Amino acid sequence: MTAPFHNRLPRLNLRTVSQTTLDPAEVRKFQAMASKWWDLQGEFAALHSMNDLRVPFIRDNLLNVHGVQQLGKPLAELRILDVGCGGGLLSEPLGRLGADVLGIDPVEDSVRTAEMHSSYDPNLRERVCYQACTLEELAEEEAEGFHAVIASEVVEHLADLDAFASCCRQVLKPGGSLFITTINKTNLSYTLGIVAAEQLLRIVPSGTHDWEKFISPEDLERLLESSGFYVEAIRGMMYNPLTGVWSWQKSTAINYALHAIKRKEEPQPEQTWAESENLDKPGQAPSYS
Amino acid sequence: MFTFTKVKLAVFGIGRQCVAGRALNGARAACRGFASSSPDDESSTCENELYDIVISGGGMVGTAMACSLGLGAWDHVVNMRCKPYNKMQVWDACSDALITFDKENLQDEMAYIVENDVILASLTKQLQTLSDHVEVQYRTKVVKYTWPRPYHVAESIPWVQVTLANGKTLHTKLLIGADGPNSMVRRESGIPTVQWNYDQSAVVAVLHLSEPTENNVAWQRFLPTGPIAMLPLSDTESSLVWSTSQQHAEELLLLDEESFVDAINSAFWSNENHSELVETAGSLFRTALSVLMPDSGSARQLPPSVSGIGPKSRVMFPLGMGHATEYIRHRVALIGDAAHRVHPLAGQGANLGFGDVACLTQVLSQAAFNGKDLGAMQHLLEYETERQRHNLPMMAAIDLMKRLYSTNAAPMVLLRTLGLQATNALPPLKEQIMAYASK
Repeated sequence: MTAPFHNRLPRLNLRTVSQTTLDPAEVRKFQAMASKWWDLQGEFAALHSMNDLRVPFIRDNLLNVHGVQQLGKPLAELRILDVGCGGGLLSEPLGRLGADVLGIDPVEDSVRTAEMHSSYDPNLRERVCYQACTLEELAEEEAEGFHAVIASEVVEHLADLDAFASCCRQVLKPGGSLFITTINKTNLSYTLGIVAAEQLLRIVPSGTHDWEKFISPEDLERLLESSGFYVEAIRGMMYNPLTGVWSWQKSTAINYALHAIKRKEEPQPEQTWAESENLDKPGQAPSYS
Repeated sequence: MFTFTKVKLAVFGIGRQCVAGRALNGARAACRGFASSSPDDESSTCENELYDIVISGGGMVGTAMACSLGLGAWDHVVNMRCKPYNKMQVWDACSDALITFDKENLQDEMAYIVENDVILASLTKQLQTLSDHVEVQYRTKVVKYTWPRPYHVAESIPWVQVTLANGKTLHTKLLIGADGPNSMVRRESGIPTVQWNYDQSAVVAVLHLSEPTENNVAWQRFLPTGPIAMLPLSDTESSLVWSTSQQHAEELLLLDEESFVDAINSAFWSNENHSELVETAGSLFRTALSVLMPDSGSARQLPPSVSGIGPKSRVMFPLGMGHATEYIRHRVALIGDAAHRVHPLAGQGANLGFGDVACLTQVLSQAAFNGKDLGAMQHLLEYETERQRHNLPMMAAIDLMKRLYSTNAAPMVLLRTLGLQATNALPPLKEQIMAYASK
């Protein structure tokens, strides 16, 4: 078992920092952030409730690939990278299931909030670490270090998806899993995802999403296939604003989740998707059963 | 199904209590208030004493909860004393109406009577095998509970803090209150309760039967003062549960053994409360029913007579009804009598508690398998909804029965006589009742 993350990477030691160098204004700001991320009825309520879908999705797919590691800790011995972890909403449940999780986010405030929240639980303290940095910065130091990378509600905020996919490939072990949840680029996603969610119902703070940056599952799959992945599963997700509950659905017209696996051989962009045995027709992945 | 490993439980309890009534509440734990201090102290206390779950109350329901989060105790019970029964007869003192419950052919067991002590002993034995995950602290009292804020605020402890009388502080992610009808957990968390006293107490005792018999029938007779029930424990012994007025209960406790035995036999056998009007109406109705549904009648049997009582087994406890309006709060769940308290006339009080245990275990297992924080409201709400939906109708029915049978005014007696006879004549309805009580 290799050394835990905090020995290998430079990281903030929150406890020291928060006790000696922070000024009260900073502490107050953390407190404000803390109540936002972890207020279950607050601005991030929909993300909290999305855990009901994404945690089982990740857990079950990893169990399929790796088998049961330990009774009571389904993800034990697995190292997972949570890209764009925010306040640690997804990192914590994965840590509770036994995984060694590194959560990264370019926003330092979010990372501190995440560290503070997980610091009270000794189990989480051991399992879950955070770092304020970008994926590119991390990729230089962590080649093939992770069994799984998760980018949940992240790719719709990125400028360069090709670079992102290539960094993911860099940090993943061969045969490692990439999990993405994001929003499709359709008329429906514009109506519901932007107009309704942001402007009318305020499920998401206004200005969070830019429809131009949404990507369809077909395009995302093509992109990943040409970056050295094969897409193993795609499932549609839907949010019910009245009940606050997410559910799986056949249609990927609004939100969807995707599981891809890093190929063990070198990628060949021109040939990849035409040759792939997964495809009935271009851009079609097998449905998850 | 997800099994808990490394779930640390702390169960507080005093030793077991009475024979056939509900087990009285377990111990309470006490703690000095935890003052937030420097991070090192905090982390070392947390390190040693952060439990996943703390169960306050070591009666039957609390211990069952501890076991079910660890697994499997029925084997021990069967090796001690338990008695299946095949048939149940319930009848009125003021008329001849009766109702019997049985499965076809009297072959299959309908239900089991198990003494509280036996259940508790088996569960305790099982707990000993789970000592890696479950820690039991006997004879500890709780002095104080400190509740966490609803959402995380920096520098405040997000766990429930349990202050014990011996000075220890325990922190837990989920506090389960199994501390009986006068629950401290419920009171301290500010959960309102709907409750009233019945002005009745139940006298319980172990009865020695005059002669050994197959003893596979449970008996209950509704007297105007309250129901008296005899429940089989073995071929020679039965358990008495006699609910009656406070004053009468006290008198019964003071009687010498022979007079007490006479009182019991007379309560089951005498017919002094019958009125002519009701008897006539009742027998007319019975005739009508037997014309419409020829096979529906039940032959009245007489319960076995009692010759003595078990030494020191005669005790009494007060009766009332209580229902907590909420079963849960952030990081808190109530189970058993702490959540709901009923009259023993239907023998359902402990069963409702065991139902709570099964439901909460299932909900917590699923939550743990999804990596959730055990004290989170979302899955606790599922537990509350499911149990309230099941418990409330049962409690309403029991309370209604109690009131219905508390009088010997002729109109009420007539109503219940005809009702009981009609119900007795409808096997599908009786099957539904049995199925509901077995859930």
